[in-house]
Amino acid sequence: MRIVVCVKHVPDLQSTRGFTAERRVIRSADDGTMNEVDENAVEAALALVAAAGDGEHEIIALTLGPDVAADAVRRALQMGADRGVRITDDALAGADYFGTATALAAAIRRIGDVDVVLTGMAALDGLGAVVPSLLAAALNLPQLTVVQELTYSGGALTARRELDGVTETLRATLPAVVAVTDLANTPRFPKFKDIMAARAKEIEVFGAAELGLADAASTARTEVVRAEPRPPRPEPEIVTDSGAGGRALADYLISNNLI
Amino acid sequence: MTETAVRTVLVLVENTADAALRSPALEALTLARTLGEVVALTLTEPNRRALDQLAEAGVDRVLQADLGDAPREIPVVAAAAVAAAVEHVRAALVLLTSSFVNKEIAAHTAWRTGAGLLIDVTSLADDGGRLVGGKRVFAGTWDTECAITTDRAVVTLRPNALAAEPAAAPGAAVVERLPVSAAAPAGLELLDRVVHEVSADASGVVRPALAEAAIVVAGGRGTAGDFGPVEDLADALGAAIGTTRDAVDEGWIGHDAQVGQTGVTIAPRVYIGAGISGAPHHHGGMQAARTIIAVNTDSEAPLVEISDFAVIGDLHEILPAAAAAIRSRRDAAALS
Repeated sequence: MRIVVCVKHVPDLQSTRGFTAERRVIRSADDGTMNEVDENAVEAALALVAAAGDGEHEIIALTLGPDVAADAVRRALQMGADRGVRITDDALAGADYFGTATALAAAIRRIGDVDVVLTGMAALDGLGAVVPSLLAAALNLPQLTVVQELTYSGGALTARRELDGVTETLRATLPAVVAVTDLANTPRFPKFKDIMAARAKEIEVFGAAELGLADAASTARTEVVRAEPRPPRPEPEIVTDSGAGGRALADYLISNNLI
Repeated sequence: MTETAVRTVLVLVENTADAALRSPALEALTLARTLGEVVALTLTEPNRRALDQLAEAGVDRVLQADLGDAPREIPVVAAAAVAAAVEHVRAALVLLTSSFVNKEIAAHTAWRTGAGLLIDVTSLADDGGRLVGGKRVFAGTWDTECAITTDRAVVTLRPNALAAEPAAAPGAAVVERLPVSAAAPAGLELLDRVVHEVSADASGVVRPALAEAAIVVAGGRGTAGDFGPVEDLADALGAAIGTTRDAVDEGWIGHDAQVGQTGVTIAPRVYIGAGISGAPHHHGGMQAARTIIAVNTDSEAPLVEISDFAVIGDLHEILPAAAAAIRSRRDAAALS
């Protein structure tokens, strides 16, 4: 089985996140990390390989982004991915949902013979959660998304997903696109020897031209025209309860016309 | 003589077969009217109440997609219907309410129709012919605006972004059937689909859906598993109930109620977090709330720091007292 796991380098949730003057997300090595739910995607890939049993298997971690984005691929290699690929090109900087999905799909086609494309359900910087659907559209594959439980048997994937007050069970034959949530599994923590072994692995780099994306910039269909930090919140009004805290809460809601 | 063409805005309206329109749909129709001529699209036969609401929202034309036996629950199938409707009415904009499923429908519709895609906007306006959507990002710390650079646009609108209002003049809400041929993607099969019961407590109070509620009362680790006080205040306020990942992991409450970046992200008018310290994931899911209230024994909790108003103390005392004060105030107002 050959699995491509799409991973993303995002600013850490604990860091001060923001935009550059060009209205692009600030990404640095210091306070960036692999998108947390992508760890669940890597773990799901490892579980699929285990479920597939004997045979030739390969897990390829794929990312799109500048040099710093290699950190996300490195993390996937530490967790047990076999190969790493990074797409990078100035023409692809600031790619929107379509630019991202188009570039990832082109790389997946180039890698070839891919049985499963795995992703996290959303990137925790943008939270659009649409790239998995766009990847399925670009590759013309069935999709299992917002997946909380994934099993593989008899050459097909079965997924349970819970969303918008509905629980669904879907089955997809391979090849397929799968996006998992943070409830799908518990990602392993790499051991020291895995971290050392990952260090030695080369990360292959694809440019836009070799993916047939020379015209990549034109695949974007949106443009960020404004990005401004919000003024900091004013200091909170704090009441310490000594019997009247509940009434104070009710009074706050009523006097501010909130109910 | 040149004349500016009026933009056709297609609004996907759900659940029209067995229920009234929900408030996010009415909000989307209200916004759509400011951007062009509204055409509503349904994937099921609209009931009488839904048609009345569409008329009140000023809608003249209602397209009912006829998908035959194709499973409309699969987003790609629904997207085929939306794309067919886009071609049929030459829509320049498709507006959907933000939900997990609608984001998927939106993505596939945009892919098929060559449209630009904006997700989770809280505003959408015409800026010299270009559509520009506004969105608060990074847990509510930055405001961004994004322009669509293609002729067509698909946009999902967050619930509670604006107030729903009836149109100045009602529309005719005439239904027109649109045959659509679509099939589930090869290799994909929907094995089972269970719609959860609407949450109602012992007294039969039905709460609004978390994702679209105007007021959310959330309980976390500090409840110690007792959600009674949270339910009490939520019922007094007509609010939805939310929770944190750790309360779900403890098995105290179902995952449906989880607020967070990979749970439900919310942007209610009022968020009340009780016994919640405020881990970054939870922050990311609720910080877009307009007013944030914290109830916590720890005055140093991160959620207290980002709140507008906080009560430091035991939620088991404070929430029921607040609920009682709100009820007595309501009763007094009803009597006067």
